[in-house]
Amino acid sequence: MYGEEFEKQVDQIVARYPQPRGALMPALHLAQETHGYVTPAAEAWIADRLGLKAAYVHGVTTFYTMYRTGKTGTYLLQLCTTVSCMLRGCDHVLEHIKQRLGIEEGETTPDGTFTLVTVECLGSCGTAPMMQVNDEYYEDLDIERTDALLDALANGESPKPGPGPLRVIVE
Amino acid sequence: MEKILTSFIDVEAPHTIEVARAHGVYDGLKKSIGMDRDELIASFKASGLRGRGGAGFPCGVKMSFMPKDPSPQRPSYLICNADESEPGTFKDRVILEKNPHLLIEGMMISSYAMRCSCAFLYIRGEYGHAARVLFEAVEEARKAGFVGKNILGSGWDCDLVVHRGAAAYICGEETALMDSLEGGRGNPRLKPPFPAQAGLYGCPTTINNVETLSCLPYIVEHGPEAFAAIGRNERNTGPKLFAVSGHVKTPGVFELPMGIPLMELIEDVCGGMLRPDKKLKAVIPGGSSVPVLRAEECQDLPLDFDAVAERGSMFGSAAVMVMDETTDMVKVLARISHFYAHESCGQCTPCREGTPWLEKVLQRIARGGGREGDLALLDDMAARMMGTTICPLADAAAMPVRSFVEKFREEFEYYIKHGRSMVSAG
Ligand SMILES: Cc1cc2nc3c(=O)[nH]c(=O)nc-3n(C[C@H](O)[C@H](O)[C@H](O)COP(=O)(O)O)c2cc1C
Ligand code: SF4
Ligand code: FES
Repeated sequence: MYGEEFEKQVDQIVARYPQPRGALMPALHLAQETHGYVTPAAEAWIADRLGLKAAYVHGVTTFYTMYRTGKTGTYLLQLCTTVSCMLRGCDHVLEHIKQRLGIEEGETTPDGTFTLVTVECLGSCGTAPMMQVNDEYYEDLDIERTDALLDALANGESPKPGPGPLRVIVE
Repeated sequence: MEKILTSFIDVEAPHTIEVARAHGVYDGLKKSIGMDRDELIASFKASGLRGRGGAGFPCGVKMSFMPKDPSPQRPSYLICNADESEPGTFKDRVILEKNPHLLIEGMMISSYAMRCSCAFLYIRGEYGHAARVLFEAVEEARKAGFVGKNILGSGWDCDLVVHRGAAAYICGEETALMDSLEGGRGNPRLKPPFPAQAGLYGCPTTINNVETLSCLPYIVEHGPEAFAAIGRNERNTGPKLFAVSGHVKTPGVFELPMGIPLMELIEDVCGGMLRPDKKLKAVIPGGSSVPVLRAEECQDLPLDFDAVAERGSMFGSAAVMVMDETTDMVKVLARISHFYAHESCGQCTPCREGTPWLEKVLQRIARGGGREGDLALLDDMAARMMGTTICPLADAAAMPVRSFVEKFREEFEYYIKHGRSMVSAG
């Protein structure tokens, strides 16, 4: 169902671990990369391959915030709202993004481009406020940099991730 | 101080094996192989190196708990803890992204000393860039003969597996991490048995933080005395990565000797307060779960395990969060409590029920609906959560509540009485 390439990769992962079950998390990551989220069919396939029950696999999927069980927009905006980002003004960035996109936390824009969620500390507190977009970190986000980022993403560009030129505070 | 962990991170492509080797990385591994394993462990003990993951347990002592006779049926394992999820902590990421070969070298030295046949590196799922850097670095190290079969011709085999987590703070706790690495939900285990007796897959296991392991090559190359000469005293030795965030001009990660005074870190290293006209109000010295310090408690405070503990807080992960006088302490605490409620694994009742309750009461106060008796309620709940659970997450949630309410009581009382913040009231 997933093709040879997927199977081959899962088998390679299994070979790295003392027991097949160890391959479960990497296999779920792989399924998510392939489909955008962890589908029930993927869980069933992985369970079968690793000799586990599908219910067990689903229990693991749902334990971890990072595994998604439903579709998201093309760009998943994950804004950190934990303390260091809060001290640097992430609440203003959050309000701005909500207004600009016309969505609330947990929602997706009608055209399917952006999904907005807030997350806990991403280990980028020295370059706060920051957000993760799909697999990349965008840091030192003031309103201007946030707008530039969203503009670029909406145009299908992939702006350079990482810190900004300056540390900022958004007031 | 000579930099040990971050000495060449500013050069072009520091993460590649060529650049790393040009700066002497893997020389320590070469020297270790062939050395007596127990002497190596003794030298780590003599260095005074204490774990950089939070608890400060002596690294060499932990290594000495491992069996001397592992077998193929009961192999020994090393785990490197790169879960780095304690709010305010972003120090390990520097090593992971910019100096991965130093970490790999440290992991292989430790694995050699403890006779491990496999080492695992558990990295938090969100560190996607770092994970890609590490996958590549491990392959480079394998090709160069530092990882895998017959390492440097010694006949010793040891693989290194990079494993990505998937966003669960609790997986930083060592036994939850092992469950997660085995392909399960990250639920902390009851101790004993301790990991050195029965850890990963029930086998003897030692787990160390990224920064701890990255210190080992220096000790091998320069000797334990040179390492111990850095720092404030013999119980607080070596270089340390400080992650400073919040209201300072230039936040970031800084490598400095253990025991650097907190005010020197803020004023000299980080350029002082972000807004020079705003005064320092409070500092959380070791990640969001440790007790907060008032500005006056920050004076003359060396940052290390013992000095911060003597001042009634904890050194933790050396994540220094700085707050100026504009900070609403009620909102900060409500935010911290939200974190722990979100991250409780749910196994223990005091934690599963207590963390959302703390958050609920704090949110109520912060929204202006606080009730008389709420502060006593918070204190009572926090007291019931301390020391009553499988892992210390419940304590980590309770400690900030008790310290914030005790030290900034007037702000909480003002909120409850007037329904708004004393800080924005001016
Ligand atoms: C809830 C919780 C979260 C933790 N998170 C981390 C972490 O992200 N990184 C880490 O190195 N240690 C973390 N620890 C500490 C580990 O359990 C363990 O003590 C540490 O990895 C040991 O390494 P060290 O001796 O080198 O410090 C955490 C502990 C608890 C209770
Ligand atoms: S204290 Fe909390 S996080 Fe730790 S095991 Fe119990 S429920 Fe889980
Ligand atoms: S608090 Fe936002 S990245 Fe740490």
